[in-house]
Amino acid sequence: MSELLRIEDLRVNYGGIEAVKGINVSVEEGQIVTLIGSNGAGKSTTLRTISGLVKPKSGKITFAGEDITGMDPTNVVHHGITMSPEGRRIFPDMTVKENLIMGAYLRKDDLSEDFEYVYSLFPRLKEREWQAGGTLSGGEQQMLAVARALMAKPKLMMMDEPSLGLAPLVVKGIFDIIRQINAQGVTILLVEQNANMALQVAHSAYVLETGSITMTGTGAELLADERIKEAYLGKHHED
Amino acid sequence: MNETLYTSSEKKTGNVMAICAIALVYVFLFLLDNFLPSNSFTLMLIPVLKKGAIYSLICVSMNLLNGFTGLFSLGQAGFLLIGAYSYAIFAIPADQHSAVYQYFDGGLIQFSIPEALGSVLGTNLGNFLGAIVCIIIAGLIAAAFAALIGIPVLRLKSDYLAIATLGFAEIIRAICQWTGLGTITNGSNLLRKYTSFSDIKISFGDTVFKLSTIFPFLIAMVSILLIVLLINSSYGRAFKAIRDDEVAAEAMGINLFKHKMLSFVISSFFAGVGGALLAMYQTTIQASAFKTAMTYEILLIVVIGGIGSVTGSCIASFLYIACNEWWLRFLDSGSVFGLSVPFFRDGFRKVVFSVIIMVVVLFFSRGIMGDKELSFAGLVRRLKRRKKPAEAAETSGGGDANE
Repeated sequence: MSELLRIEDLRVNYGGIEAVKGINVSVEEGQIVTLIGSNGAGKSTTLRTISGLVKPKSGKITFAGEDITGMDPTNVVHHGITMSPEGRRIFPDMTVKENLIMGAYLRKDDLSEDFEYVYSLFPRLKEREWQAGGTLSGGEQQMLAVARALMAKPKLMMMDEPSLGLAPLVVKGIFDIIRQINAQGVTILLVEQNANMALQVAHSAYVLETGSITMTGTGAELLADERIKEAYLGKHHED
Repeated sequence: MNETLYTSSEKKTGNVMAICAIALVYVFLFLLDNFLPSNSFTLMLIPVLKKGAIYSLICVSMNLLNGFTGLFSLGQAGFLLIGAYSYAIFAIPADQHSAVYQYFDGGLIQFSIPEALGSVLGTNLGNFLGAIVCIIIAGLIAAAFAALIGIPVLRLKSDYLAIATLGFAEIIRAICQWTGLGTITNGSNLLRKYTSFSDIKISFGDTVFKLSTIFPFLIAMVSILLIVLLINSSYGRAFKAIRDDEVAAEAMGINLFKHKMLSFVISSFFAGVGGALLAMYQTTIQASAFKTAMTYEILLIVVIGGIGSVTGSCIASFLYIACNEWWLRFLDSGSVFGLSVPFFRDGFRKVVFSVIIMVVVLFFSRGIMGDKELSFAGLVRRLKRRKKPAEAAETSGGGDANE
């Protein structure tokens, strides 16, 4: 296994404060890596910096051996990194199909196989192909956001809070899909507040607190850690 | 909203019907220009049709920017002005320059494109092609200005963009009236005597046909067709994505600035074309007429038609122009069917018109068309559905895009 993404001493100022204070993250190819932490820990800022939406103050981001620090978003997508943004952010006035086409915006090749693939993952989207994105339920919109990110045929897919505002059963479905996508060879960088679900699927995990990494380990290790249980899973957490 | 909803047979029948309808319209316009008797009805109808066609183009160009790309720009009057002036300056016959630019020694530019082409191709063909060349130049100059001011202005968001573009339009108006540029713009004086719609004719041997009403329809239709092609292309889809969610669009790899610029420049090009047509329609132009109120008028039509609907903009343009210039005229005349009504006097038309607009906005909060399009394929489906409702109900997957 080789290293796909490497973040070295990344510092980002965002909204007037230092949101990320020098973090180091390494993502191995083919793994699911998660960043967990509470609100304002700098998780989303980290993802936004990788995808080029926010420029870092200092530090280095390497993807597949290439320096992508401060690259513009178009180029980052070209390199094979896509993001399913926080709050889903689907295009509400465009149809489900148009949303998916937008995901593959930079691709010039034939998309029919990719449509088949994402529709096999999410049969519900196939049923709603001609519906406006804004008319879908929250869970369906999340499916669409994931499917849209997949349409770019990414090497690394970043997901920002896919469980946000969804019913527990729907969340479980989304995490099953995340495992399935990963099994197809897509590396996943997952940002979550739902630490329990995230740690269950993750190969390795980082805990972020106010811009710094305070703990790291495999998903199972952190899931068993007393401090994690107390801070993120609730004392009476049952597996 | 999406044509792909229609079956291929519906599309085919729809296309045939559309072509037939367009052909019928042009036959009617041709008859109107050449054979129908001139009476009080046609005297009102012809200018309303001309101005309606021109406003359709202007409103669709604004809709491309405001409705499809989500850029709230209020610089339309500025680009219309640039278009109108560019057209007029290149289309004033050489021997009229001393009369038009009487305070500026006949002006700087001493040639006329329609005249130059006319000396080679004959007057009628020269006027026709020359006008088209001048219209394209007008569009290009407006587009060039858009590209220049787009660099700083398109980095602004929503309200700030509106204010900046509004300011731009006002500055352009002031510059055009400035005596320092008088040798080109004629200062605050009128530009006149340039090739207008009544000069557009076609001759077969000795018979000459007038094309005065067909011409604006032709230019507007081709332009709107090009805009529709753009909207349905992958660029158009990117515009809509930017409108729906800028952050998500950027995360998909869409270069925001490049696409906003593209939309802004293309919209301004067609606004320039619309301005040129407006100049031809009015036969004289003056910068002082291109006030902010003009932009608001266009915005109003776009809103009434439906933000994000091309057909809505066109329908609303014709309705608005017809109401404003024709159908409500009787309110100003002081009498209805020979009866004198005391409060029917000059200006009362505007009052009624304002009330109608308020009612329309209240009851059609998303405009006449919303963001839907009227299409012949949709009409075919409707007719079919009425014939055999049971069968059609099975095949209707999504909603009818034509509701």
